[in-house]
Amino acid sequence: MSGLHYQRISMSQEAPDHPQHEGTSVDVGHLAGLARLAIGDDASTQIATDLHAIIEMINTMQAVDTQGVEPLSHPLDSTARLRCDEVTESPNPTHFQSGAPSTVDQYYLVPRVVE
Amino acid sequence: MNWEAVIGLEIHVQLATKSKIFSGASTAYGASPNAQACNIDLGLPGVLPVLNEKAVEMAVRFGLAIGAQINRYSIFDRKNYFYADLPKGYQISQFETPVVGEGTITITPENGKPRRVGITRAHLEEDAGKSVHDLYPGMTAVDLNRTGTPLLEIVSEPDMRTAQEASAYFRQIHTLVRYIGICDGNLAEGSMRCDANVSVRPTGQSEFGERTEIKNINSFRFVEQAIEYEVARQIDVLESGGRIERETRLYDPDKDETRSMRSKELSNDYRYFPDPDLLPLSISEELIERIRSDLPELPDARQERYTSTLGLTDSDATAISNDIDRANYFDACLAAGADPKQSANWMMGELSAYLNKHDVTLSETPIAPELLAQLIARIDDDTLSSKTAKTLFDALWTAGASGNVDALIESLNLAQLSDDGALTQIIDDLIAANPKQFDELRGGKDKMLGFFVGQVMKATQGKANPQQVNQIIRDKL
Amino acid sequence: MNEFSSLREMSAGLDRGDFSSVELTQAHLDRIQQANAALNCFITINADSALAAAAQADDQRARGSKSPTLGLPFAHKDIFCTQGVLTTAGSKMLSNFVAPYDATVVSNMAAAGMVSVGKTNMDEFAMGSSNENSFFGPVSNPWDHERVPGGSSGGSAAAVAAGLVAGATGTDTGGSIRQPAALCGITGLKPTYGRVSRYGMIAFASSLDQAGPMTRDAEDAALMFSVMAGFDPKDSTSAERRDAWLDATIANGIAALDRPLTIGLPSEYFSDNSNLSYIDIAKTELQRLGHKLVEVSLPHTQAAVPVYYVLASAEASTNLSRYDGVRFGHRCNDPQSLQDLYERSREEGFGEEVKRRILTGTYTLSVGYFDAYYLKAQKIRRLISEDFQQAFTKVDVLLAPTSPTPAFKKNQLTDDHVAMYQQDLYTVPTSLAGLPAISLPCGFCDGLPMGMQLIAPAFGEELLLQLAAQYQGQTDWHLRRPGDSA
Repeated sequence: MSGLHYQRISMSQEAPDHPQHEGTSVDVGHLAGLARLAIGDDASTQIATDLHAIIEMINTMQAVDTQGVEPLSHPLDSTARLRCDEVTESPNPTHFQSGAPSTVDQYYLVPRVVE
Repeated sequence: MNWEAVIGLEIHVQLATKSKIFSGASTAYGASPNAQACNIDLGLPGVLPVLNEKAVEMAVRFGLAIGAQINRYSIFDRKNYFYADLPKGYQISQFETPVVGEGTITITPENGKPRRVGITRAHLEEDAGKSVHDLYPGMTAVDLNRTGTPLLEIVSEPDMRTAQEASAYFRQIHTLVRYIGICDGNLAEGSMRCDANVSVRPTGQSEFGERTEIKNINSFRFVEQAIEYEVARQIDVLESGGRIERETRLYDPDKDETRSMRSKELSNDYRYFPDPDLLPLSISEELIERIRSDLPELPDARQERYTSTLGLTDSDATAISNDIDRANYFDACLAAGADPKQSANWMMGELSAYLNKHDVTLSETPIAPELLAQLIARIDDDTLSSKTAKTLFDALWTAGASGNVDALIESLNLAQLSDDGALTQIIDDLIAANPKQFDELRGGKDKMLGFFVGQVMKATQGKANPQQVNQIIRDKL
Repeated sequence: MNEFSSLREMSAGLDRGDFSSVELTQAHLDRIQQANAALNCFITINADSALAAAAQADDQRARGSKSPTLGLPFAHKDIFCTQGVLTTAGSKMLSNFVAPYDATVVSNMAAAGMVSVGKTNMDEFAMGSSNENSFFGPVSNPWDHERVPGGSSGGSAAAVAAGLVAGATGTDTGGSIRQPAALCGITGLKPTYGRVSRYGMIAFASSLDQAGPMTRDAEDAALMFSVMAGFDPKDSTSAERRDAWLDATIANGIAALDRPLTIGLPSEYFSDNSNLSYIDIAKTELQRLGHKLVEVSLPHTQAAVPVYYVLASAEASTNLSRYDGVRFGHRCNDPQSLQDLYERSREEGFGEEVKRRILTGTYTLSVGYFDAYYLKAQKIRRLISEDFQQAFTKVDVLLAPTSPTPAFKKNQLTDDHVAMYQQDLYTVPTSLAGLPAISLPCGFCDGLPMGMQLIAPAFGEELLLQLAAQYQGQTDWHLRRPGDSA
């Protein structure tokens, strides 16, 4: 069996239409800004192509009829367990800051922020 | 043109839990930098949040106190944005389903009439850390001790029309959260902060104008000043033909002005979604009932009881009911049998003066409500005059918990002289010594009655019962 | 003892005094030293701490401790925080991160006296199906060094397959234990969501991530699983249960399966016209063991991959926001502003696939898209979960292929992300439903091992292990080794 054969298990042959997102355009600059990733112009074009293909793939799910279906946020489908209000931690800043990029007097340092 | 301001407040109340909302680190104020930030607060790789039950109970307590609906099922969401003092790059908050739904609160602005302000919702969230900008040149220092302190964000309806109303609302929330014991109310330590949404519109117009948000105001005075400045600024802009931009502004108390905040401009797409590390919060009917039965009588209800049932003046009733310690002290006086009006008078008069003078709070007062009630009882039964009562009060203050009202009256010889025979003897002696004055009195010069009463009091070192003295003299005429 | 001895065999050897844990651990370290250069299974080797832990185990054994797990060497996937030890998640971002605390899984293994010899290579932040997305370089498949071991737990799978360790921890978000287990010819169990604590396990997608054992046979998987599992109050999503069979399994091994089962064959998993002859053999073997095979339908299977990519990317995009160069991890040189610090640290610290998923998740959560993507995906997630519940009213377990292909060549799919994502076709539906599934070696294609997957209802791991142990008692696929002729 050739490797190529295995690659073609794509669902795209049977992929239903996804009218909602026809011609989806991806604003990589905007997304990268939200995600705080410095992405150069060269990389940006490739990423746009990649994201387009991924979004195309995920859009195949739009065909599923979900009328009246409640979202499932969690496989356990149960509710929160709460903890007692007790102080159980006594953190040592030196311990936690031993690998920090920049600290002084127990503070973490970043370039000056102007508010 | 006449303008009207439209104001809504978002108040962040730090809940008085011992540990943080999602970790077991302490919430105590004032530790050295990052000494109260555990691995969960620091957002280290792999850590997970577990919700503090006390924070939930406190939120429910607030909800019940404002007559709000408590959502039986609520969700914690991630609010995504980057900031130096937000370790995970998201804040765990509640977006679509807060714990507390709609409620109301009554405010009384200074020189205004009481009015109701709608509360849209109140939700639980975690506090961020602190950025310190002026400690190291060119750098911002980040202290994450505050990270994860539980916050209740109380969002009002845009129901306020003046800066004074906004300030009164802030005060009323302050009163209430201290009343129900969910916040220490310490504004200087940042236990309560508020954001104000402000817009203006021509009087009579029903649509709202574009609003701005003033962030992080931490005093009653600053709320008023910041809003006053911002309202005036917006009117200026509009009257000179400009437009209001929706933006976040910061109030600078030193310059008494608001200015645009650059650091908040970058992201307004918070990409809220349910935090997959936390399951939905379910609040049982039993829990709600337990909390309800545990709530103190609230300020509004007490105010009503004090005025209409007990007959206190509005101002005394307000002053007492607005402070949980005062209200409890007052109620304890009543429980010990004291007269309501006298109790209020003594509390707002002598007691309050002594507390001020000695710089102690009511919870530290050496005069327990039962002692004050006994003192009042001795006035009622004519053992004490108003003058000797004050002497006794002073003695009680000094004696503290060991003070015994009757023993002190005895040892200080404060009881009124009510013996008819003894008083008649003193009065007869005075008449004999002052025949001219007695004649004048007899001739209708009523002022002379005061003279004789005064002489009797002098002779008895103030212990004579003035009414009784009056009566005996009148009988002589 | 040889390099392919099982944990159970080593435990018996320790018990008999054939060798000490120190000797056993040293032998493991020697093999790792010898083989790791070619395979690149390990990011960190902890010789000193392993030998110290082994000496302590020997000491405890000398003082009468009889625990079957005491002194057994194994490896941790480098996704578990280990106090004082480099913990990288396969990322440049954490290439200098020494964890200041232990994951619950790590402390559970340590409490059982097991000896961690090192941390295994993985796709960066567990995102990948080939282990080619590691900052520390790709891992080779011991069956063919030109091929990938699968991912994301590729280092663990290859180390077990190559005889470097008998067991390793793995994590599975959409198939990251099962697919590499299949591609390397070993046994891998993805437990029910909530069975094993996620505390201290570096998060990829919180509603899907689950840790589990990777071993050569079901007995060892059961042993490790029983140590890893358990309620943890530090994880809000941890299930509050400790089934009695777990402790019985540590003491006595897997209880024999005492009844014939009805095994469902989901038609959607067999519709592909690929060569599934290896599964046909497995079906025959299962029938010979007395089990009944019936066809069932899981109608929403087709949507599982897109649903998975929506949910996993969305959760990952915000789980990975904490890597900002402020408190730990990589920070760019000479940041000019906080913004610059964030953007360059993250750009430099994350690999391409991680960035793609962060951007995908950012996109699907953005204003205006939430309902169409995230919410829609959660609704389909419920339909997928209900498909399984429906099937389990008729059958005890389900049988399916683990992976659509055997191990593929390195670089073969690196440019076709969507094709790479389809590697997860058979594993993501169970992840979305939170169900337990085990992958077992069951045949070969072109000389490369293939796996089958058994899937049970929630918390049905015992049944999976019993069936797997019964199957492995009658077949020898799990005993085939790289270098054998297939």
